[in-house]
Formats: sequence, structure tokens, C-alpha cells
Amino acid sequence: MVSNEVLIGASGLTKKYDNYTAVNGIDFEVYKGECVGFLGPNGAGKTTTIRMIYCFLLPSAGKLEVAGFDVHTECRKIKAVVGVAPQEDNLDPDFSVLKNLTTYARYFGISKDEALKRAEEQLKFFQLEEKRDAPIMSLSTGMKRRLIFARALINQPQVLLLDEPTTGLDPQARHLVWDEVRYLKKQGVTIILTTHYMDEAEVLCDRILIVDHGRIIEQGTPKQLIEKHVGKEVLELDYDEKLPVLLKEAFQSARIERLGDRLQVFTDQPHGVFEAFLQKHKLQNVMIRNANMEDVFLKLTGRGLREE
Amino acid sequence: MNEPNLRKSPASFSWPKLSYRVWMVWHRNFDVFLNTLKVNFFPSLLEPILYLAAFGFGLGGFIPSIEGQPYVNFIAPALVAISIMNGSFFECTYASFVRMYFQKTFDAIVATPVSVEEVVAGELLWGATRATINATIVLAVISAASLFTAVPLVSSPLFILVPLIAFFAGLLFSSIAMCFTAAAPNVDFFNYPAFLFVTPMLFLCGTFFPLTSLPIPAQGLAFAVLPLTQVVNVVRGAIVGAVEPILGLSVEAILAYSVVWLVLATVLFFVMGINLMKKRLTS
Repeated sequence: MVSNEVLIGASGLTKKYDNYTAVNGIDFEVYKGECVGFLGPNGAGKTTTIRMIYCFLLPSAGKLEVAGFDVHTECRKIKAVVGVAPQEDNLDPDFSVLKNLTTYARYFGISKDEALKRAEEQLKFFQLEEKRDAPIMSLSTGMKRRLIFARALINQPQVLLLDEPTTGLDPQARHLVWDEVRYLKKQGVTIILTTHYMDEAEVLCDRILIVDHGRIIEQGTPKQLIEKHVGKEVLELDYDEKLPVLLKEAFQSARIERLGDRLQVFTDQPHGVFEAFLQKHKLQNVMIRNANMEDVFLKLTGRGLREE
Repeated sequence: MNEPNLRKSPASFSWPKLSYRVWMVWHRNFDVFLNTLKVNFFPSLLEPILYLAAFGFGLGGFIPSIEGQPYVNFIAPALVAISIMNGSFFECTYASFVRMYFQKTFDAIVATPVSVEEVVAGELLWGATRATINATIVLAVISAASLFTAVPLVSSPLFILVPLIAFFAGLLFSSIAMCFTAAAPNVDFFNYPAFLFVTPMLFLCGTFFPLTSLPIPAQGLAFAVLPLTQVVNVVRGAIVGAVEPILGLSVEAILAYSVVWLVLATVLFFVMGINLMKKRLTS
């Protein structure tokens, strides 16, 4: 359950490199037990922010406190209560699956017996028991992602940082990760995750922060954001040069967008507003769907491609 | 305390703050070493045996004597010194670079309560350990080879100090190596220190021929600045109880100079290696 207690607080948080500002003076708070999603295009500053939270990078300016500790002075205490599942594969290829977990536990000062017990539990949950003694090289991408997630839990963290936890996973493995996130939320673990999958953010996150060019450009619950920026329903149909005029007439308050050879009509009118129009015009290849986070994201961050 | 939290880039020189966690990093490397004993360790054993056979017994048969001792007795302590240098230098260049750059092992460890400084210090202690293991093995090899020589290759009871010497000398070479690793843009970069620093020392530090046969300025240079010269002196002192009379100095003066040189250089490069790596890994 989400409480009023602020577990992670940032103000004016900035990370500058020689000629580039990755994070540009952001303020945010994450409450205990909350699951917060950082969404943003590549290079928006999500990973940099996550890395500052677990003291991997020092902020250039600003304040950042995690679990009551300052990242400038109390890194060791922060890292003891934070679990990190980074984006890239940094599993130890010199060890087996099990030994990856027990060696990692040792860095936290966890005793050998306890480490083994926790490692076996994690392998069971993440369905990696059969791979217990396998070398890392032999694992599939999905298995590696799951093992990285399992490793992040070995110190039973209060705060869990998941940087794109499901990138490259098949739907089965993705759901396994989602289940684990929900389970951990129930246990009171505070979670920050970054993702490029909007459905994932919508399903898992209590609150979403949209980041672009190193700034937080919007935040709120998925529902609030969708209602505020896109409305309720979306009509999608094939582009035809006569259509925009007809649509403008029929839906005066709606926002109409052309996306290649498709048109999208966004409305905040109640359900059923598109039906009459469709009956009148007999159009092909039409879809009415609920507005979603992807619509919000594209509206706020634009459609231009971003380089890494 | 409300001053703006503007951070400068990490200072280029500060005393590393280290804790017992250094040994956790060491332990990781030790575990890997045990797992890969067969492929990584036993083949390297062959090297000192080959050197001893080829130079000591083969070439040595044509060389009457050096400093009044058979040639094989002259090179035996040098083989121990070389194994210290190679063991630690290659561990903390190629092997550390692979762990840092390709395997991202350091990144994974610093997400735990272990700090960057401790990761690097653990690597250095591991490099020193590799040097100790290698030197001890070579010492055993030359002791065994004494069965076939006129004069025993190990003739001073101080040989018992060799593992200790190897650890500290290994720490020095590890630390020098780590400074190169901190600067390495890619793994090929290590060709420079390997061929321009390690290989010349292999031959020019009183190893396969006496330092005294070099021109005086070169002798002075090798004695004043090259780390392997000091290690050869100290190891030779421990194994045969004597050193070459470089520049006409007494045994005591040479040993004292080499020991002090090694201690100061080890402290300097240990701190510098950690600082340079910290800078590379945190900015």
C-alpha cells in the first residue's frame, strides 16, 4: 500500500557531462510502497536518473535522498537497501546461474547458508531451477533478464530499480515479470521502473513520470494522464483526402491526427459518439478503441525518432 | 548546510577509503581461479620449466660462469622475479580490462555496498596473489631442478621470504598495470605497455645477463628507475644470499635501495591506480 512517507526525494537533480546535460534539474518524490514508471524516448535521462539513485553516478547538482540517506555521503547505506536490475547484461559469465546469485549475496555480507537459501527461492520463482548449474553463456535473453531480476532481489531490497525489465522478453516471460512486480508491491517494496512498453506502464505503475530532454514534462496516474491529454476513445481509419473535412464537421471538439495512411480521431465524449458517423459513411478498416498511454506519450514527446 | 551541492569531478589524488569488502572482490577472482585451474593455470607452469631448460641447461652449457656461479644459478632467481611481474601485470591489464569493459563485472559489484575503490583494490590484491602463486610455483620448480645441478639453485634460508616478497612486488606491478587499464580505450592498447615496458624489463634488469655488462649510464638507469631490477635484486638476495655488485655498491646498499624503492613505489602506484580507475568508472 502506498503511504505518505517519501522514500526517494529529488530536487533540482542535475547530471551534466562535458557538453551535454542528461538530467536537467528535476524534482520528484516517490512514496513508500509506490510503483513509479519513468517513461521517455531514448536519451531522455531515465537511466541516468536511475543510476544516480543507486550512487552509480554522482549528481552534478541538486539534492537526492533515498530511504533517508543522501547520495553524496551515504552511498553504502543506500546500496544496502536498493536492488538494481540494470538494462544491460552484467551477469558474471565466469560463474554458473546459482553462483551468480550467491556471489552477489556475498557482496551484501549475506551469510553463505542464507545466500544459498535465498538463491534457491529466487530460482524457483523465476523458473530457472533447471538452469541452476548452467553457465551464463547458455542462457537465452529472457532467462538472463529473469536472472538479473532475481539477483536484484537477493538483498531483499526496500527499493527496487528496474531499468527496462522486459525488453526482449516473450509474452510468457513478460507476464512472469509483471506477476513478480505485483507481488513485490503487495510486500510493500517501492519500485521505480523504466520501460518503452506503454501497456506495461499502464498495468503496473501507480504513477507515471514522462521525461524528455532531461526534464519531467508531465506526471500523474495513467488514468489522469490519458483523460487529460487524449480523452476517452480513439477512432482509427484509413486516410482518404475527403475524410478530414467530414470528420472536422462531425466532431468539432475532437483532435484529428494523420499518421501515415491512417487517421486518428481523439475524443473525450462519452462512449458511442463515433457509431452514427460510421453508419452514415460506410468506411472500411475502421477501429474504435480506448485511449491509452501510448497516445499520451506520442502526443507529449512527438513522433520524431530519437537516436540513442 | 544549504550551499548548492555542486560537485567537482573526483579529485585526481586522494587516499582510498577501504574496508574488509575488498576481500569480497578478491574472493570472486579466487573462486574463478579455482574453477579454471586446468585451463588458466597449469599451462603457464610450463613456461619457467622451458626457460630453465632452454637458457639454464641448454645455453648455460656454453657459458662458463657468471659472478663465479654457473649460468643456471644466475638466472634461476630471475625466473622467480619474472613470474611475479608477468603474473600480476597481465592479471591487472588484460584480465581486469575484460572484467571491467566486456563483462561489466565492476558495474554489477558497485551496485552493492562494495565501493569502486574497493573493487579496484580487490583486483590489485588479487593480482598480487597471482604473483605469489606463480612465484611459489617457480620457486618449487627451481628447487626441484637443483637435483640436476652442481650447486643448488636455492642456497639461502631466506628463500622462505619469497612468497612475501612476491606479494608486495606483485602489488606494485598490479598497481602499475591498473594505471594502464584506467587509460586503456580498448584491449589492443595493452600492446604498448606489454612490448615497450614489460618485455624490455624482461631482458634488461639483470635477468639473463648481469646488469654490470650494460654501459654505466644504462646500468644506472635500470637500477634507478626500473621496477624489475629491484625485484630481481631482492629475490636474488633471498634465494642465493647475494646480489650483483651494481655500480660497485655493497650488497647491503643495493638491497636497502631496492627495498625502499619497492615500498615507496608500491604505495604510490597503489593509490594512483585506484584514483585513476575511480575517475574512469565514475565519470
